[in-house]
Amino acid sequence: MSPLERLTDRVRAQLPGAAVITDPSRLRTYECDGLSHYRATPALVVLPEDVDQLAAVVGACAELGVPYVARGSGTGLSGGALPHTEGVLVVTSRMRSVREVRPEDQRAVVEPGVINLDVTRAATPHGYYYAPDPSSQQVCSIGGNVAENSGGAHCLKYGFTTNHVTGVEMVSPDGEVVRLGGDAPDAPGYDLLGAVVGSEGTLGVVTEVTVRLTRLPEHVVTVLAGFDSTDRAGAAVSAIIGAGIVPAAIEMMDALAIEAAEAAVHCEYPEGAGAVLVIELDGSQAEVEAEYDDVVQLCEKSAAFEIRTAVDPTERALIWKGRKSAFAAVGRISPDYIVQDGVIPRTALPEVLGRIAALSEESGVRVANVFHAGDGNLHPLVLFDDAVEGAGDAAEEVSRAILDLCIEHGGSITGEHGVGADKAAHMPKMFAADDLDTMQLVRCAFDPAHVSNPGKVFPTPRLCGEVPGRRKGAHPLQEAGLAEVF
Amino acid sequence: MGDAALTAEVDGVAVGEVATPCSTDEVAATLRGAAGGGRSVVVQGGGTKRTWAMPPRSADLLLDLSGMDRVVEHAAGDLIVTAQAGTPLAAVQEHVAAAGQRLLVDETIPGSTVGGVLATNASGPARLLAGTMRDLLIGVTMVRADGVVARAGGKVVKNVAGYDVGKLLVGSYGTLAVVTEATFRLHPVPPVRRWLTVPFGSATEAQRLVQDVLAAQVVPAALEVAVDGDARSVTLLLEGRGAGVDGRAQAAAGLLPGATSTEERPDGWGRYPWDPSATGDDRAVALKLTFRLSALADVLEAAADLAVRGSAGAGVLYASMSGDEPAAVAPVLTRLREVCGRHGGAVVVLDAPAAVKRTVDVWGPVPALDLMRRVKDEFDPDRRLAPGRFVGGI
Ligand SMILES: Cc1cc2nc3c(=O)[nH]c(=O)nc-3n(C[C@H](O)[C@H](O)[C@H](O)COP(=O)(O)OP(=O)(O)OC[C@H]3O[C@@H](n4cnc5c(N)ncnc54)[C@H](O)[C@@H]3O)c2cc1C
Repeated sequence: MSPLERLTDRVRAQLPGAAVITDPSRLRTYECDGLSHYRATPALVVLPEDVDQLAAVVGACAELGVPYVARGSGTGLSGGALPHTEGVLVVTSRMRSVREVRPEDQRAVVEPGVINLDVTRAATPHGYYYAPDPSSQQVCSIGGNVAENSGGAHCLKYGFTTNHVTGVEMVSPDGEVVRLGGDAPDAPGYDLLGAVVGSEGTLGVVTEVTVRLTRLPEHVVTVLAGFDSTDRAGAAVSAIIGAGIVPAAIEMMDALAIEAAEAAVHCEYPEGAGAVLVIELDGSQAEVEAEYDDVVQLCEKSAAFEIRTAVDPTERALIWKGRKSAFAAVGRISPDYIVQDGVIPRTALPEVLGRIAALSEESGVRVANVFHAGDGNLHPLVLFDDAVEGAGDAAEEVSRAILDLCIEHGGSITGEHGVGADKAAHMPKMFAADDLDTMQLVRCAFDPAHVSNPGKVFPTPRLCGEVPGRRKGAHPLQEAGLAEVF
Repeated sequence: MGDAALTAEVDGVAVGEVATPCSTDEVAATLRGAAGGGRSVVVQGGGTKRTWAMPPRSADLLLDLSGMDRVVEHAAGDLIVTAQAGTPLAAVQEHVAAAGQRLLVDETIPGSTVGGVLATNASGPARLLAGTMRDLLIGVTMVRADGVVARAGGKVVKNVAGYDVGKLLVGSYGTLAVVTEATFRLHPVPPVRRWLTVPFGSATEAQRLVQDVLAAQVVPAALEVAVDGDARSVTLLLEGRGAGVDGRAQAAAGLLPGATSTEERPDGWGRYPWDPSATGDDRAVALKLTFRLSALADVLEAAADLAVRGSAGAGVLYASMSGDEPAAVAPVLTRLREVCGRHGGAVVVLDAPAAVKRTVDVWGPVPALDLMRRVKDEFDPDRRLAPGRFVGGI
C-alpha cells in the first residue's frame, strides 16, 4: 500500500464517514481557491469536526510523510489553499462554533472555520465587534485570516489580524496540539503566535482562535469626495495624514474603477470624477465631529469638486457600495482581470500611479486602481480578454511590472493577499537569499519535514539539516545539567 | 554605559571582552569571530535592563551597541522611522517630534535604547492605544549567531511577504539574533493630552471603574492603576483634538466622580513601581503580571501588600517587593502565579537580587517550550547568544 492509501485507511477509521471525501468529482470542487487559474485536485479531502480529529489526520500525515494543506473558505487570492495532488486537504468548514464571547475581557474564542463577520455578529449585541474587516468578510474564515494576516479597509487605524489575535490553539506539523498566547497579552517566551499569524498554513493548522473585541464606535461619519485626478485625491490624503488625523479608512478609486462600479451597482459617485476618496472617521461623537471639519476643509483645499457626507448606516452603506463591489464590478467592463496586491510608501503614490498609467498606455492593457490609500496598499485590477490571443500574457506582464514598481519604491509584493503559490517566485526580488534563509529557520523549527502546505511562500525550500522530531527524553542541555533547574 | 566597572560583569557573570561596533557590518564581523572561537555573546544597549531575566551562563563577549545611535531615516510623510539599535528612545522621540510625530512606546526606564526596549518588549501606558514593540515594529535588520546579516519585514506598514521574523525577536532577550536596526510605524502627536485621576478604595472598586471606562465611549489612550501603600488610584488618559477631549472628559467625569484633571504628565507616569537604578542586592523584586481584564480585582487583592502600577485596561501590571529576604519571595510568587494563571495570564520575575533568582522560577510555566527550543536550535544551534537568560534555560 502507498503511504496515501494507508493514510486514507487510518483517517477513515478515525473520522466519521461523511468527513472523508475520496470521490473524484467531489474532490474536484476543492481544486482551487479564489485564485482560480491555479488548479490541483487533492488526493483526499477531510472535514474534521474537532481538534482531536484534525490532530489525528495531521499526526498520520506526519508519520507517513504525506503533505497536507489547510483550507478555510477558499477565498484566498494567492493560491495559498491550492491543494497538493499527492496530499490531503484539511478543510475547517465543520469547525464553525463561536465558543465564547466575553465583552468584559474584550475577547471571543472561536473555531477556525467561523466566518469573519459572524464574530462581529456575535459581539455586536454586547457593543463590541471584531475590527479586521477584509472585503470578503461575509465568507472568509478566521483560520484563513490568521494564516494570511488579513487586513481590511479599517486596518489603517485598527491594525491587522496580527494585532487582534491574542491566542491560538494549533496542531503542529508533528501532530501535537499546542497553545500559543491566550487571553492575556505578552505570554512569556518567544512570540511564536506572532510568527504563526501570516505564515499561510506552513507552520501548522490553527484549531481555535482567541480574538480581541473592539468597542463599537459611538459615532461614524463617511465622506465621499470627488476629485478631477488621482494626484489631487492623493494630495488630500497626504494633507489629512499630515494634519495628524488617523481616519478609520481612506480608500481611493480611479476613473476606470468608478466606471466599473457605476455599471455594476449604480453607486452614483460624483459625475466626471477622475478619482474619489472614501474617508471614514469613527470614535466618540465629539472627536469625530472635530476631525470631520478638518477633513472637509483639507479636501476642499485639495480641490475636491464634490463632497458628500453620510452619517446614518443606510447612507454610509451607499457610499461603501461602490468601493466594496469594485473587484467584482470590474467584470462588467472586462471579461477577465487580475487582482494585484502591492504596497508602496504612501508618499510614492503620485509617482507610482503615474508609472502604472504609463505602463498601461505602452502596453494597451487597461488598469483600474482601487486601493487602501491611507497605507499605500494598491489593488490594481489589470483587465484583459482571455479570448484574445496573447492578452493574458500581456496582462501578466503588466501585473508583474507593477510589483517591480512596488519593490523599486521600497514597498512590498503583498499587503494582505499573501505570497501563496502565486508570488513565491517574487520573494527573491524583495528579499536577499540570507533573508529568506533566515525566515526558513522558523519553518525548519516547526516543520522540518516540509509536510505543512509545502511549496508555498518560499521559492526554494531550505534543507533543514537533521530532523529533530519530537524530543522524547530530557533536553540535551538539561541532561548536561546546564539548564532547567525547574 | 561605557563605564568599565559596569561592563565588567553582567548580573554577576564576568565579561571576557567588550566590543563596541558602530555598524551592522562590524557587528557581523564580531559575531563571525565569536562563532569561530565558540564564544558566548551578550548584547547591551543602554544597559538599563542588563540584569533582567536570568543571568547568562557565560558572557565571553559583551556587545555594547551604544555606539550605534543614529536615526537612519525618518520618512515623516509615511509615518515611519528607522533607527540603529543603540539609539536612545528619547533621541528617536526628539527626532520625530519635529514633525509632530511619536513612536508610541513609553520610556519606562530613562536611558532605554530602541534595541533594548525591543529585546525585552518593555511597555508602558501607551500599550492600550498602540500595543507594544511587537505591534509597532515593521522591519528589522539582524545579525545571526553565525554572523549572517538578514532583514525581515520592510519599510511599509502593510506587508505580509514572508514570515514576521521581527515578532520573534521582540521580547527574545538577545537569544535569537542581534538586532542592529529597526523600522517602526509612527503616530501623530495629539494636540491635547489630559489625565483624569481618581482614588479608589477596594480592589473591586478599581475593577468597576476600569470596566466602566472600557465599556463607555471615552476611547481611553491609557488606563492605569497605581497602588503604593494607601495611595491607590485609577488614571485615565484622553488624547485628541481639544473639542473631542473636552467632550470625552465630560463623559468620563460621570464615570470617575471626583477625578482631578491635568494636562501635565503626572509624576511617575509610565514608570515602574520600583527604582530601576538600584543595583546588586539593592534591587527590588520586579514582577510583571498579566491576566484577563475582568480579573483585575482578584489580581489586585493577591498583590495587596506590593507596590503596583500598570495598564489595567490592557491586563498588564507591574509589582515590586523587597528582595532582602529571598525566602519570602517564593510564597508571594506562588500566590500571584496561581491567581494570574487562573485568569489566563502569567507572572514573570523581570529582575531581582541574585539570591532571589537562585531560589525562584523566574519565568514560570511556559507553554510550547519545546517549539521555542526548536526555534532557538535553528537560530543559534551552539547556544552562544545570551545562553541561559531566557525561558527553559534557552
Ligand atoms: C472578493 C474578495 C475580497 C477580498 N478582500 C480582502 C481584503 O480586503 N483583505 C484581505 O486581507 N484579503 C481579502 N481577500 C482574500 C481572502 O479573503 C483572505 O486572504 C482570507 O483571509 C482567506 O480566508 P479563507 O478562509 O478563504 O482562507 P483560504 O483561502 O481557505 O486559505 C488561505 C490560506 O490560509 C491557510 N489556512 C486556512 N485555514 C487555516 C487554518 N485553520 N490554519 C492554518 N492555515 C489555514 C490556507 O492553507 C491558505 O494558505 C479577498 C478575497 C476575495 C475573493
